[in-house]
Amino acid sequence: MLESIFLIFLFQLVGEMIQKFFELTIPGPVIGLVLLLVALLLFGKYSTSVKTRLEKGLTTTAEYLLGHLPLLFVPIGVGVVMHISFLENRLLAVLFVIFSATVLSIGFTAFVMEKLQNLGNQNDG
Amino acid sequence: MTDEQRLYSIWVYLQAEPLFWLTLTIGAYLVGDFCYRRSNLFPLFNPVALSIIIVSGVLLIFDIQYERYFEGAKFIHFLLGPATVSLAIPIYQKWALIKSNAMPIISAVLLGSVFAILITYLLALAFSLEREIVLSLLPRSVTAPIAMGISELIGGIPSLTAIITIITGIIGAAFGTFTLDLLRVKKMSARGFGIGLASHGIGTARAMSRDKTAGVFAAVAMGLSGVVTALIVPLIIFLLKI
Repeated sequence: MLESIFLIFLFQLVGEMIQKFFELTIPGPVIGLVLLLVALLLFGKYSTSVKTRLEKGLTTTAEYLLGHLPLLFVPIGVGVVMHISFLENRLLAVLFVIFSATVLSIGFTAFVMEKLQNLGNQNDG
Repeated sequence: MTDEQRLYSIWVYLQAEPLFWLTLTIGAYLVGDFCYRRSNLFPLFNPVALSIIIVSGVLLIFDIQYERYFEGAKFIHFLLGPATVSLAIPIYQKWALIKSNAMPIISAVLLGSVFAILITYLLALAFSLEREIVLSLLPRSVTAPIAMGISELIGGIPSLTAIITIITGIIGAAFGTFTLDLLRVKKMSARGFGIGLASHGIGTARAMSRDKTAGVFAAVAMGLSGVVTALIVPLIIFLLKI
């Protein structure tokens, strides 16, 4: 468990350093995600006892962190409510635009994705 | 000291400590999650939305500054970074499925990202919103740090974009499933993909807590659309002369 927390923090740290150094708009944790994925894919071929143990630990830690992922957005969401007056008289119009555009984009993208998958007969796992 | 004074001094002590705000945040989330399950997954009872309302209500009633709350709640906020990194693990486990869907993924990311930007622009135009608000709205479907970067680049207001982005995520998490049921999209991969593309991390969180395949495809869509949107928003602004 501790090893996997260390690894996840380490990859985020490297991601943040790369983001700062190259002044990228892509957030540090996303760079960390890509780096960890690349590392997992590269070492995926080998099977040593160390690798098996690390992968098992990472799976447990990831499942725990991701199982409660929505909770992690609550503090920043509260900030939005407390600062909503920023939009003043435009609030209702902006909310309507966000609501309609979001629902339409989800529907459009998922619909297109499913059609494209059916074209190629990809399975869903 | 009277009992009342003693209670007051305990309250003064508590609100200066992280423990109280952490307990409140997790408690509010558990209540939200409980109501959501009890309501048979009714979209308006989304746990994130409910817990945000509960915590905001407490802050407003007791006249607490957001900054004071965040001093404590930042420990929960901090975990967002490690949680993002750990998305690599389920993506790795589903890698074969992602590889076999490479073409649909790439096409749907491009089409979906362009659609999300254009529909936002058209609706904002219909309400004749000010140029600064329109520009702040355009990058709203990608994760907040990327959206704020784009907003700054194109002349929007980054802090307004941050607010708009979070609202987008909450709406996607709350109404995504309902919309997809209405459209009869059945494949878990396609459902997650739409939610992740249009409502970034908050939508992905929702998808991940319901189905692993949906969560993984949401995460992939979120990551790719972040990069694609950063590249095409300036292009669309140039082409449409916004």
